[in-house]
Amino acid sequence: MSEVTATPAVVRVEGVTKTFPRGYVTALENIELEIAPREFVSLIGPSGCGKSTLLRVIGDLIEPTAGTVRVNGKSARQARRDGDYGIVFQEAVLYDWRSIAKNIALPLEMLGWSRQRRRERVAEMLDLVELTSFADHHPWQLSGGMQQRVAIARALSFEPSLLLMDEPFGALDEMTRERLNLELLSIWEQTGNSVVFVTHSISEAVFLSSRVVVMSPRPGRIAGVVEIDLPHPRTVDTREASRFFELVTEVRELLRMRGEHLLPEEEAVLE
Amino acid sequence: MGLVALVAAALVGFWELYHWVWVSTGWTWPFVVNDTSMPHVWTIYNAFGEPAQVNQPALINVLLHKAAFTAKEAAAGFGLGAVIGFVLAVVLAHVRLLQRGFLPYIVGSQTVPILAIAPMVVLWVNPRLPGSLQGWGAVAVIATYLTFFPVTINTLRGLQSADPRALELMRTYAASRWAVLWKLRVPASLPYLFSALRLAATASVVGAIIGELPTGLQDGLGGAIINFNQYYSIEPQELWATNVIAAALGIAFFVIVVLAEKAFVRRAPEETA
Repeated sequence: MSEVTATPAVVRVEGVTKTFPRGYVTALENIELEIAPREFVSLIGPSGCGKSTLLRVIGDLIEPTAGTVRVNGKSARQARRDGDYGIVFQEAVLYDWRSIAKNIALPLEMLGWSRQRRRERVAEMLDLVELTSFADHHPWQLSGGMQQRVAIARALSFEPSLLLMDEPFGALDEMTRERLNLELLSIWEQTGNSVVFVTHSISEAVFLSSRVVVMSPRPGRIAGVVEIDLPHPRTVDTREASRFFELVTEVRELLRMRGEHLLPEEEAVLE
Repeated sequence: MGLVALVAAALVGFWELYHWVWVSTGWTWPFVVNDTSMPHVWTIYNAFGEPAQVNQPALINVLLHKAAFTAKEAAAGFGLGAVIGFVLAVVLAHVRLLQRGFLPYIVGSQTVPILAIAPMVVLWVNPRLPGSLQGWGAVAVIATYLTFFPVTINTLRGLQSADPRALELMRTYAASRWAVLWKLRVPASLPYLFSALRLAATASVVGAIIGELPTGLQDGLGGAIINFNQYYSIEPQELWATNVIAAALGIAFFVIVVLAEKAFVRRAPEETA
Protein backbone atom coordinates (compact mmCIF):
# COMPACT_ATOMS: atom_id res chain seq x y z
CA MET A 1 0.00 0.00 0.00
CA SER A 2 1.18 3.49 -0.81
CA GLU A 3 1.73 6.24 1.72
CA VAL A 4 -1.64 7.53 2.81
CA THR A 5 -0.78 9.61 5.86
CA ALA A 6 -1.22 12.91 4.05
CA THR A 7 -4.61 12.09 2.52
CA PRO A 8 -7.82 13.45 4.06
CA ALA A 9 -10.24 11.37 6.09
CA VAL A 10 -11.80 8.48 4.19
CA VAL A 11 -15.14 9.11 5.86
CA ARG A 12 -16.29 12.40 7.32
CA VAL A 13 -19.76 12.46 8.88
CA GLU A 14 -20.93 15.94 9.89
CA GLY A 15 -24.08 16.69 11.84
CA VAL A 16 -25.98 13.75 10.38
CA THR A 17 -29.56 13.34 11.53
CA LYS A 18 -31.98 10.78 10.21
CA THR A 19 -35.67 10.64 11.04
CA PHE A 20 -37.93 8.15 9.36
CA PRO A 21 -41.11 9.77 8.07
CA ARG A 22 -43.46 7.22 9.56
CA GLY A 23 -41.50 6.75 12.74
CA TYR A 24 -41.68 8.31 16.12
CA VAL A 25 -37.99 7.49 16.43
CA THR A 26 -35.09 9.70 15.51
CA ALA A 27 -32.75 7.03 14.19
CA LEU A 28 -29.69 9.27 14.24
CA GLU A 29 -29.18 12.66 15.86
CA ASN A 30 -26.33 14.98 15.04
CA ILE A 31 -23.66 12.34 14.42
CA GLU A 32 -20.05 13.51 14.02
CA LEU A 33 -17.51 10.92 12.98
CA GLU A 34 -14.26 10.88 11.09
CA ILE A 35 -12.48 7.77 9.86
CA ALA A 36 -8.84 7.92 8.79
CA PRO A 37 -7.22 5.78 6.09
CA ARG A 38 -6.41 2.25 7.29
CA GLU A 39 -8.61 2.67 10.34
CA PHE A 40 -10.86 -0.16 11.54
CA VAL A 41 -13.86 1.39 13.25
CA SER A 42 -16.62 -0.64 14.89
CA LEU A 43 -20.08 0.73 15.58
CA ILE A 44 -21.65 -1.00 18.54
CA GLY A 45 -24.89 -0.52 20.44
CA PRO A 46 -28.24 -2.08 21.23
CA SER A 47 -30.96 -2.62 18.62
CA GLY A 48 -32.44 0.67 17.47
CA CYS A 49 -29.34 2.75 18.19
CA GLY A 50 -28.99 3.51 14.50
CA LYS A 51 -25.65 1.83 13.89
CA SER A 52 -26.86 0.09 10.72
CA THR A 53 -28.60 3.29 9.66
CA LEU A 54 -25.34 5.18 10.02
CA LEU A 55 -23.54 2.56 7.92
CA ARG A 56 -26.22 2.86 5.24
CA VAL A 57 -26.01 6.63 5.25
CA ILE A 58 -22.25 6.39 4.70
CA GLY A 59 -22.89 3.97 1.82
CA ASP A 60 -25.59 6.23 0.30
CA LEU A 61 -28.16 3.47 0.63
CA ILE A 62 -30.34 5.90 2.58
CA GLU A 63 -30.20 9.68 2.65
CA PRO A 64 -29.74 11.61 5.86
CA THR A 65 -32.46 14.06 6.85
CA ALA A 66 -29.82 16.63 7.73
CA GLY A 67 -26.03 16.85 7.69
CA THR A 68 -23.43 15.71 5.20
CA VAL A 69 -21.34 12.63 4.53
CA ARG A 70 -18.09 12.89 2.59
CA VAL A 71 -16.25 9.80 1.41
CA ASN A 72 -12.75 10.38 0.06
CA GLY A 73 -13.61 14.07 -0.13
CA LYS A 74 -16.65 13.43 -2.34
CA SER A 75 -20.35 13.28 -1.63
CA ALA A 76 -21.54 9.84 -0.53
CA ARG A 77 -23.49 9.51 -3.78
CA GLN A 78 -20.48 10.26 -5.94
CA ALA A 79 -18.38 7.88 -3.87
CA ARG A 80 -20.92 5.10 -4.39
CA ARG A 81 -20.94 5.76 -8.13
CA ASP A 82 -17.15 5.71 -8.21
CA GLY A 83 -17.00 2.34 -6.44
CA ASP A 84 -15.23 3.76 -3.40
CA TYR A 85 -16.65 1.19 -1.03
CA GLY A 86 -17.44 -2.50 -0.90
CA ILE A 87 -20.18 -3.79 1.35
CA VAL A 88 -20.82 -7.03 3.24
CA PHE A 89 -24.25 -7.68 4.74
CA GLN A 90 -25.28 -10.05 7.50
CA GLU A 91 -26.23 -12.56 4.82
CA ALA A 92 -23.74 -13.28 2.06
CA VAL A 93 -26.32 -12.45 -0.67
CA LEU A 94 -24.60 -14.60 -3.27
CA TYR A 95 -26.28 -15.30 -6.59
CA ASP A 96 -27.26 -18.96 -6.68
CA TRP A 97 -26.98 -19.19 -10.45
CA ARG A 98 -23.36 -18.07 -10.43
CA SER A 99 -20.33 -20.08 -9.42
CA ILE A 100 -18.19 -18.75 -6.56
CA ALA A 101 -15.70 -17.30 -9.04
CA LYS A 102 -18.49 -15.64 -11.02
CA ASN A 103 -19.98 -14.20 -7.84
CA ILE A 104 -16.69 -12.54 -7.00
CA ALA A 105 -16.46 -11.24 -10.56
CA LEU A 106 -19.91 -9.62 -10.45
CA PRO A 107 -18.79 -6.08 -9.49
CA LEU A 108 -15.90 -6.34 -11.96
CA GLU A 109 -18.34 -7.12 -14.78
CA MET A 110 -20.31 -4.05 -13.77
CA LEU A 111 -17.13 -1.96 -14.02
CA GLY A 112 -16.46 -3.31 -17.49
CA TRP A 113 -13.22 -5.15 -16.73
CA SER A 114 -11.93 -7.43 -19.48
CA ARG A 115 -12.40 -11.17 -19.09
CA GLN A 116 -8.67 -11.69 -18.68
CA ARG A 117 -8.35 -9.05 -15.98
CA ARG A 118 -11.40 -10.39 -14.17
CA ARG A 119 -9.99 -13.90 -14.15
CA GLU A 120 -6.68 -12.74 -12.70
CA ARG A 121 -8.32 -10.67 -9.96
CA VAL A 122 -10.78 -13.42 -9.03
CA ALA A 123 -7.87 -15.82 -8.65
CA GLU A 124 -6.13 -13.34 -6.33
CA MET A 125 -9.28 -12.84 -4.26
CA LEU A 126 -9.94 -16.58 -3.99
CA ASP A 127 -6.39 -16.94 -2.75
CA LEU A 128 -6.90 -14.12 -0.25
CA VAL A 129 -9.95 -15.77 1.34
CA GLU A 130 -8.49 -19.26 0.86
CA LEU A 131 -11.26 -20.63 -1.30
CA THR A 132 -9.31 -21.36 -4.48
CA SER A 133 -10.47 -24.96 -4.65
CA PHE A 134 -14.11 -23.85 -4.48
CA ALA A 135 -14.00 -21.53 -7.52
CA ASP A 136 -16.41 -23.63 -9.56
CA HIS A 137 -18.75 -24.56 -6.73
CA HIS A 138 -22.14 -22.95 -6.34
CA PRO A 139 -23.10 -20.97 -3.23
CA TRP A 140 -25.43 -23.60 -1.76
CA GLN A 141 -22.54 -26.05 -1.64
CA LEU A 142 -20.64 -23.85 0.85
CA SER A 143 -21.04 -23.40 4.61
CA GLY A 144 -22.27 -20.09 6.02
CA GLY A 145 -18.76 -19.03 7.02
CA MET A 146 -17.36 -19.83 3.58
CA GLN A 147 -20.20 -17.93 1.92
CA GLN A 148 -19.37 -14.89 4.02
CA ARG A 149 -15.72 -15.15 2.95
CA VAL A 150 -16.91 -15.09 -0.66
CA ALA A 151 -18.93 -11.96 0.14
CA ILE A 152 -15.80 -10.34 1.55
CA ALA A 153 -13.80 -11.31 -1.52
CA ARG A 154 -16.53 -9.85 -3.73
CA ALA A 155 -16.58 -6.61 -1.72
CA LEU A 156 -12.82 -6.20 -1.99
CA SER A 157 -12.42 -7.40 -5.59
CA PHE A 158 -12.45 -3.92 -7.12
CA GLU A 159 -10.07 -2.50 -4.49
CA PRO A 160 -12.38 -0.02 -2.80
CA SER A 161 -10.69 2.20 -0.24
CA LEU A 162 -13.51 1.59 2.23
CA LEU A 163 -15.13 -1.63 3.41
CA LEU A 164 -18.58 -1.40 5.01
CA MET A 165 -19.65 -4.43 7.04
CA ASP A 166 -23.14 -4.72 8.54
CA GLU A 167 -23.00 -7.45 11.22
CA PRO A 168 -21.21 -9.72 8.73
CA PHE A 169 -20.67 -12.57 11.19
CA GLY A 170 -23.87 -12.10 13.18
CA ALA A 171 -25.52 -15.20 11.75
CA LEU A 172 -22.56 -17.50 12.36
CA ASP A 173 -21.71 -19.66 15.35
CA GLU A 174 -19.16 -18.43 17.89
CA MET A 175 -16.31 -20.70 16.70
CA THR A 176 -16.71 -19.72 13.05
CA ARG A 177 -17.07 -16.10 14.03
CA GLU A 178 -13.78 -16.04 15.94
CA ARG A 179 -11.93 -17.75 13.10
CA LEU A 180 -13.35 -15.28 10.58
CA ASN A 181 -12.37 -12.40 12.89
CA LEU A 182 -8.75 -13.53 12.60
CA GLU A 183 -9.04 -13.96 8.85
CA LEU A 184 -10.64 -10.55 8.45
CA LEU A 185 -7.79 -8.92 10.36
CA SER A 186 -5.22 -10.65 8.20
CA ILE A 187 -7.09 -9.54 5.05
CA TRP A 188 -7.31 -6.00 6.40
CA GLU A 189 -3.58 -5.97 7.08
CA GLN A 190 -2.89 -7.13 3.52
CA THR A 191 -5.25 -4.76 1.75
CA GLY A 192 -5.04 -1.64 3.90
CA ASN A 193 -8.70 -0.65 3.63
CA SER A 194 -10.57 1.52 6.04
CA VAL A 195 -13.31 -0.55 7.62
CA VAL A 196 -16.63 0.41 9.20
CA PHE A 197 -17.88 -2.63 11.07
CA VAL A 198 -21.33 -2.84 12.68
CA THR A 199 -21.66 -5.44 15.41
CA HIS A 200 -23.61 -6.53 18.49
CA SER A 201 -20.63 -8.24 20.03
CA ILE A 202 -18.39 -6.31 22.40
CA SER A 203 -15.50 -8.77 22.24
CA GLU A 204 -15.63 -8.85 18.45
CA ALA A 205 -15.55 -5.05 18.30
CA VAL A 206 -12.61 -4.78 20.69
CA PHE A 207 -10.66 -7.59 19.06
CA LEU A 208 -10.95 -6.19 15.52
CA SER A 209 -10.92 -2.45 15.85
CA SER A 210 -8.61 0.49 16.06
CA ARG A 211 -11.55 2.42 17.50
CA VAL A 212 -14.91 1.37 18.92
CA VAL A 213 -17.77 3.85 18.56
CA VAL A 214 -20.41 3.13 21.21
CA MET A 215 -23.91 4.24 20.29
CA SER A 216 -27.07 4.68 22.36
CA PRO A 217 -30.67 4.59 21.19
CA ARG A 218 -33.62 7.00 21.07
CA PRO A 219 -32.34 9.11 19.58
CA GLY A 220 -29.35 7.36 18.01
CA ARG A 221 -26.25 9.11 19.31
CA ILE A 222 -22.58 8.45 19.85
CA ALA A 223 -22.24 7.67 23.55
CA GLY A 224 -18.48 7.50 23.50
CA VAL A 225 -15.43 6.34 21.60
CA VAL A 226 -12.88 3.83 22.91
CA GLU A 227 -9.41 3.78 21.36
CA ILE A 228 -8.21 0.18 21.11
CA ASP A 229 -4.48 0.15 21.73
CA LEU A 230 -3.99 -3.61 21.51
CA PRO A 231 -0.83 -4.39 19.52
CA HIS A 232 -0.85 -5.86 16.03
CA PRO A 233 -0.80 -8.53 14.78
CA ARG A 234 -3.63 -9.72 16.96
CA THR A 235 -3.86 -13.45 17.58
CA VAL A 236 -5.90 -15.91 19.58
CA ASP A 237 -3.82 -14.87 22.58
CA THR A 238 -5.02 -11.27 22.25
CA ARG A 239 -8.41 -12.36 23.55
CA GLU A 240 -6.74 -13.56 26.75
CA ALA A 241 -4.64 -10.46 27.41
CA SER A 242 -5.60 -8.41 30.46
CA ARG A 243 -5.67 -5.23 28.34
CA PHE A 244 -8.30 -6.88 26.16
CA PHE A 245 -10.53 -7.41 29.20
CA GLU A 246 -10.00 -3.85 30.38
CA LEU A 247 -11.11 -2.53 27.01
CA VAL A 248 -14.10 -4.89 26.88
CA THR A 249 -15.12 -3.61 30.32
CA GLU A 250 -14.70 -0.03 29.22
CA VAL A 251 -16.98 -0.57 26.20
CA ARG A 252 -19.50 -2.47 28.30
CA GLU A 253 -19.67 0.30 30.90
CA LEU A 254 -20.22 2.90 28.21
CA LEU A 255 -23.10 0.80 26.92
CA ARG A 256 -24.50 0.35 30.45
CA MET A 257 -24.21 4.00 31.36
CA ARG A 258 -26.14 5.05 28.32
CA GLY A 259 -28.42 2.08 28.43
CA GLU A 260 -30.28 2.71 31.65
CA HIS A 261 -33.45 3.36 29.75
CA LEU A 262 -33.08 0.26 27.60
CA LEU A 263 -35.85 -2.30 27.34
CA PRO A 264 -35.05 -5.61 29.04
CA GLU A 265 -34.59 -7.50 25.75
CA GLU A 266 -32.15 -4.86 24.54
CA GLU A 267 -30.24 -5.19 27.78
CA ALA A 268 -30.00 -8.91 27.10
CA VAL A 269 -28.42 -8.23 23.73
CA LEU A 270 -25.51 -6.52 25.41
CA GLU A 271 -24.55 -9.50 27.53
CA MET B 1 -38.66 -43.72 -17.18
CA GLY B 2 -39.51 -47.22 -15.98
CA LEU B 3 -42.23 -45.80 -13.79
CA VAL B 4 -43.73 -43.90 -16.73
CA ALA B 5 -43.84 -47.12 -18.80
CA LEU B 6 -45.41 -48.94 -15.85
CA VAL B 7 -48.17 -46.34 -15.55
CA ALA B 8 -48.78 -46.52 -19.31
CA ALA B 9 -49.15 -50.29 -19.05
CA ALA B 10 -51.50 -49.89 -16.10
CA LEU B 11 -53.66 -47.39 -18.02
CA VAL B 12 -53.90 -49.74 -21.01
CA GLY B 13 -54.82 -52.56 -18.62
CA PHE B 14 -57.47 -50.42 -16.92
CA TRP B 15 -58.95 -49.40 -20.28
CA GLU B 16 -59.28 -53.04 -21.40
CA LEU B 17 -60.53 -54.22 -18.00
CA TYR B 18 -63.20 -51.50 -17.94
CA HIS B 19 -64.20 -52.45 -21.50
CA TRP B 20 -64.43 -56.13 -20.62
CA VAL B 21 -66.40 -55.63 -17.35
CA TRP B 22 -68.94 -53.23 -18.85
CA VAL B 23 -69.47 -55.33 -21.98
CA SER B 24 -69.80 -58.64 -20.12
CA THR B 25 -72.16 -57.26 -17.42
CA GLY B 26 -74.10 -55.10 -19.86
CA TRP B 27 -73.80 -52.01 -17.66
CA THR B 28 -74.83 -48.80 -19.42
CA TRP B 29 -73.81 -46.26 -16.81
CA PRO B 30 -72.44 -43.69 -17.47
CA PHE B 31 -72.35 -44.68 -21.13
CA VAL B 32 -72.76 -47.76 -23.25
CA VAL B 33 -69.44 -49.49 -23.77
CA ASN B 34 -68.82 -51.12 -27.12
CA ASP B 35 -66.12 -51.17 -29.79
CA THR B 36 -67.24 -47.73 -30.99
CA SER B 37 -67.27 -45.84 -27.72
CA MET B 38 -64.12 -47.59 -26.48
CA PRO B 39 -62.20 -49.33 -29.25
CA HIS B 40 -59.68 -51.94 -28.13
CA VAL B 41 -56.13 -50.74 -27.62
CA TRP B 42 -54.89 -53.19 -30.24
CA THR B 43 -57.49 -51.91 -32.74
CA ILE B 44 -56.10 -48.41 -32.28
CA TYR B 45 -52.58 -49.75 -32.51
CA ASN B 46 -53.34 -51.66 -35.70
CA ALA B 47 -54.99 -48.61 -37.23
CA PHE B 48 -51.60 -46.89 -37.38
CA GLY B 49 -50.31 -49.50 -39.82
CA GLU B 50 -53.26 -49.40 -42.22
CA PRO B 51 -54.22 -46.69 -44.69
CA ALA B 52 -57.25 -44.65 -43.63
CA GLN B 53 -58.42 -44.47 -47.21
CA VAL B 54 -57.61 -46.54 -50.27
CA ASN B 55 -54.54 -45.52 -52.24
CA GLN B 56 -53.14 -43.68 -49.20
CA PRO B 57 -50.01 -44.47 -47.21
CA ALA B 58 -50.37 -46.03 -43.75
CA LEU B 59 -52.21 -43.86 -41.19
CA ILE B 60 -49.07 -43.42 -39.09
CA ASN B 61 -47.27 -41.82 -42.03
CA VAL B 62 -50.17 -39.51 -42.73
CA LEU B 63 -50.47 -38.55 -39.07
CA LEU B 64 -46.75 -37.95 -38.61
CA HIS B 65 -46.83 -35.70 -41.64
CA LYS B 66 -49.74 -33.76 -40.22
CA ALA B 67 -48.10 -33.68 -36.78
CA ALA B 68 -44.99 -32.14 -38.33
CA PHE B 69 -47.18 -29.44 -39.87
CA THR B 70 -48.93 -28.74 -36.57
CA ALA B 71 -45.56 -28.82 -34.78
CA LYS B 72 -44.33 -26.11 -37.15
CA GLU B 73 -47.32 -23.92 -36.26
CA ALA B 74 -47.01 -24.66 -32.55
CA ALA B 75 -43.24 -24.04 -32.49
CA ALA B 76 -43.62 -20.72 -34.27
CA GLY B 77 -46.45 -19.77 -31.93
CA PHE B 78 -44.45 -20.90 -28.92
CA GLY B 79 -41.37 -18.95 -29.94
CA LEU B 80 -43.30 -15.83 -30.79
CA GLY B 81 -45.45 -16.11 -27.67
CA ALA B 82 -42.44 -16.64 -25.43
CA VAL B 83 -40.65 -13.59 -26.82
CA ILE B 84 -43.74 -11.36 -26.71
CA GLY B 85 -44.65 -12.65 -23.25
CA PHE B 86 -41.14 -12.04 -21.94
CA VAL B 87 -40.79 -8.55 -23.40
CA LEU B 88 -44.25 -7.62 -22.12
CA ALA B 89 -43.28 -8.81 -18.63
CA VAL B 90 -40.06 -6.77 -18.68
CA VAL B 91 -41.95 -3.65 -19.74
CA LEU B 92 -44.67 -4.17 -17.14
CA ALA B 93 -42.10 -4.85 -14.42
CA HIS B 94 -40.43 -1.51 -15.09
CA VAL B 95 -43.47 0.69 -15.57
CA ARG B 96 -45.81 0.34 -12.61
CA LEU B 97 -48.47 2.48 -14.22
CA LEU B 98 -48.64 0.24 -17.30
CA GLN B 99 -48.79 -2.80 -15.07
CA ARG B 100 -51.82 -1.49 -13.22
CA GLY B 101 -53.50 -0.36 -16.43
CA PHE B 102 -52.77 -3.31 -18.68
CA LEU B 103 -52.68 -6.39 -16.49
CA PRO B 104 -56.48 -6.68 -16.22
CA TYR B 105 -56.74 -6.66 -20.01
CA ILE B 106 -54.03 -9.25 -20.37
CA VAL B 107 -55.90 -11.50 -17.98
CA GLY B 108 -59.12 -10.65 -19.78
CA SER B 109 -57.61 -11.64 -23.13
CA GLN B 110 -57.50 -15.24 -21.98
CA THR B 111 -61.16 -15.40 -21.03
CA VAL B 112 -62.18 -14.97 -24.67
CA PRO B 113 -62.60 -18.43 -26.20
CA ILE B 114 -59.94 -18.99 -28.83
CA LEU B 115 -62.56 -20.38 -31.25
CA ALA B 116 -64.39 -17.06 -31.09
CA ILE B 117 -61.46 -14.95 -32.18
CA ALA B 118 -59.74 -17.37 -34.56
CA PRO B 119 -61.78 -16.29 -37.63
CA MET B 120 -60.86 -12.66 -37.02
CA VAL B 121 -57.20 -13.52 -36.61
CA VAL B 122 -57.25 -15.34 -39.94
CA LEU B 123 -58.98 -12.41 -41.57
CA TRP B 124 -56.50 -9.88 -40.18
CA VAL B 125 -53.30 -11.82 -40.44
CA ASN B 126 -53.54 -13.83 -43.64
CA PRO B 127 -53.66 -10.98 -46.19
CA ARG B 128 -50.39 -9.56 -44.86
CA LEU B 129 -48.47 -12.82 -44.82
CA PRO B 130 -45.98 -13.73 -47.55
CA GLY B 131 -46.78 -16.82 -49.58
CA SER B 132 -44.66 -19.23 -47.58
CA LEU B 133 -46.53 -18.31 -44.39
CA GLN B 134 -50.03 -18.34 -45.89
CA GLY B 135 -52.49 -20.41 -43.90
CA TRP B 136 -50.27 -21.80 -41.17
CA GLY B 137 -48.99 -18.36 -40.21
CA ALA B 138 -52.41 -17.37 -38.93
CA VAL B 139 -52.61 -20.56 -36.88
CA ALA B 140 -49.21 -19.78 -35.38
CA VAL B 141 -50.56 -16.39 -34.32
CA ILE B 142 -53.48 -18.13 -32.60
CA ALA B 143 -51.01 -20.41 -30.78
CA THR B 144 -49.06 -17.27 -29.82
CA TYR B 145 -52.19 -15.87 -28.24
CA LEU B 146 -52.39 -18.86 -25.90
CA THR B 147 -48.65 -18.97 -25.25
CA PHE B 148 -47.75 -15.44 -24.28
CA PHE B 149 -50.09 -15.25 -21.31
CA PRO B 150 -48.52 -17.72 -18.85
CA VAL B 151 -45.08 -16.40 -19.86
CA THR B 152 -46.03 -12.80 -19.09
CA ILE B 153 -47.70 -13.56 -15.76
CA ASN B 154 -44.96 -15.86 -14.47
CA THR B 155 -42.02 -13.84 -15.75
CA LEU B 156 -43.50 -10.73 -14.16
CA ARG B 157 -43.60 -12.54 -10.83
CA GLY B 158 -40.11 -13.88 -11.42
CA LEU B 159 -38.65 -10.46 -12.23
CA GLN B 160 -40.13 -9.13 -9.02
CA SER B 161 -38.89 -12.11 -7.00
CA ALA B 162 -35.29 -10.84 -6.83
CA ASP B 163 -34.03 -10.66 -3.25
CA PRO B 164 -34.31 -7.06 -1.94
CA ARG B 165 -30.83 -7.41 -0.42
CA ALA B 166 -29.47 -8.45 -3.80
CA LEU B 167 -31.08 -5.34 -5.29
CA GLU B 168 -29.43 -3.27 -2.58
CA LEU B 169 -26.10 -4.88 -3.44
CA MET B 170 -26.61 -3.82 -7.07
CA ARG B 171 -27.28 -0.30 -5.79
CA THR B 172 -23.91 -0.26 -4.05
CA TYR B 173 -22.34 -1.03 -7.45
CA ALA B 174 -24.31 1.88 -8.93
CA ALA B 175 -25.64 -0.68 -11.41
CA SER B 176 -27.78 0.59 -14.29
CA ARG B 177 -31.36 -0.64 -14.67
CA TRP B 178 -30.14 -2.63 -17.64
CA ALA B 179 -27.44 -4.37 -15.57
CA VAL B 180 -29.90 -5.06 -12.75
CA LEU B 181 -32.28 -6.57 -15.30
CA TRP B 182 -29.79 -8.89 -16.99
CA LYS B 183 -27.52 -9.77 -14.09
CA LEU B 184 -30.12 -10.08 -11.35
CA ARG B 185 -33.80 -9.89 -12.30
CA VAL B 186 -33.72 -12.14 -15.35
CA PRO B 187 -31.57 -14.89 -13.80
CA ALA B 188 -33.77 -14.78 -10.70
CA SER B 189 -36.85 -15.13 -12.88
CA LEU B 190 -35.63 -18.16 -14.86
CA PRO B 191 -37.27 -20.80 -12.65
CA TYR B 192 -40.56 -18.88 -13.02
CA LEU B 193 -40.03 -18.42 -16.74
CA PHE B 194 -39.43 -22.13 -17.29
CA SER B 195 -42.46 -23.23 -15.33
CA ALA B 196 -44.44 -20.88 -17.59
CA LEU B 197 -42.74 -22.29 -20.69
CA ARG B 198 -43.79 -25.79 -19.64
CA LEU B 199 -47.41 -24.63 -19.56
CA ALA B 200 -46.91 -22.69 -22.77
CA ALA B 201 -45.41 -25.69 -24.55
CA THR B 202 -48.60 -27.73 -24.25
CA ALA B 203 -50.81 -24.65 -24.70
CA SER B 204 -49.10 -23.88 -28.01
CA VAL B 205 -49.87 -27.38 -29.35
CA VAL B 206 -53.49 -27.12 -28.23
CA GLY B 207 -53.63 -23.61 -29.69
CA ALA B 208 -52.28 -24.81 -33.04
CA ILE B 209 -54.75 -27.70 -33.26
CA ILE B 210 -57.71 -25.53 -32.31
CA GLY B 211 -56.49 -22.78 -34.61
CA GLU B 212 -56.66 -25.20 -37.54
CA LEU B 213 -60.36 -25.87 -37.00
CA PRO B 214 -61.92 -22.54 -38.06
CA THR B 215 -59.22 -21.89 -40.65
CA GLY B 216 -60.20 -25.06 -42.47
CA LEU B 217 -56.56 -26.12 -42.91
CA GLN B 218 -56.31 -29.81 -43.83
CA ASP B 219 -52.54 -30.18 -43.46
CA GLY B 220 -52.38 -30.52 -39.67
CA LEU B 221 -53.74 -32.64 -36.85
CA GLY B 222 -56.70 -30.28 -36.39
CA GLY B 223 -57.84 -31.04 -39.93
CA ALA B 224 -57.40 -34.76 -39.28
CA ILE B 225 -59.48 -34.53 -36.10
CA ILE B 226 -62.34 -32.80 -37.95
CA ASN B 227 -62.12 -35.37 -40.72
CA PHE B 228 -62.01 -38.49 -38.53
CA ASN B 229 -64.75 -37.07 -36.32
CA GLN B 230 -67.15 -37.40 -39.22
CA TYR B 231 -66.32 -41.10 -39.61
CA TYR B 232 -66.22 -41.87 -35.91
CA SER B 233 -69.22 -44.22 -35.89
CA ILE B 234 -67.60 -46.37 -38.59
CA GLU B 235 -63.91 -46.19 -37.70
CA PRO B 236 -63.44 -44.77 -34.22
CA GLN B 237 -59.88 -46.08 -33.97
CA GLU B 238 -58.69 -43.48 -36.47
CA LEU B 239 -59.73 -40.54 -34.27
CA TRP B 240 -58.19 -42.28 -31.27
CA ALA B 241 -54.97 -42.82 -33.18
CA THR B 242 -54.95 -39.10 -34.05
CA ASN B 243 -55.48 -38.22 -30.39
CA VAL B 244 -52.52 -40.39 -29.41
CA ILE B 245 -50.29 -38.55 -31.89
CA ALA B 246 -51.62 -35.15 -30.73
CA ALA B 247 -50.88 -36.08 -27.11
CA ALA B 248 -47.41 -37.32 -28.07
CA LEU B 249 -46.72 -34.00 -29.80
CA GLY B 250 -47.74 -32.06 -26.68
CA ILE B 251 -45.56 -34.29 -24.52
CA ALA B 252 -42.62 -33.86 -26.91
CA PHE B 253 -42.89 -30.06 -26.61
CA PHE B 254 -43.08 -30.35 -22.84
CA VAL B 255 -40.03 -32.62 -22.65
CA ILE B 256 -37.97 -30.27 -24.84
CA VAL B 257 -38.70 -27.41 -22.44
CA VAL B 258 -37.81 -29.54 -19.41
CA LEU B 259 -34.50 -30.54 -21.03
CA ALA B 260 -33.74 -26.91 -21.88
CA GLU B 261 -34.44 -25.94 -18.29
CA LYS B 262 -32.03 -28.60 -17.04
CA ALA B 263 -29.36 -27.21 -19.34
CA PHE B 264 -29.87 -23.52 -18.51
CA VAL B 265 -30.99 -23.17 -14.93
CA ARG B 266 -28.53 -23.67 -12.13
CA ARG B 267 -30.18 -23.61 -8.77
CA ALA B 268 -29.97 -25.20 -5.39
CA PRO B 269 -31.36 -28.72 -5.25
CA GLU B 270 -34.91 -28.57 -3.86
CA GLU B 271 -34.13 -30.48 -0.68
CA THR B 272 -31.60 -27.91 0.53
CA ALA B 273 -33.54 -24.87 -0.63
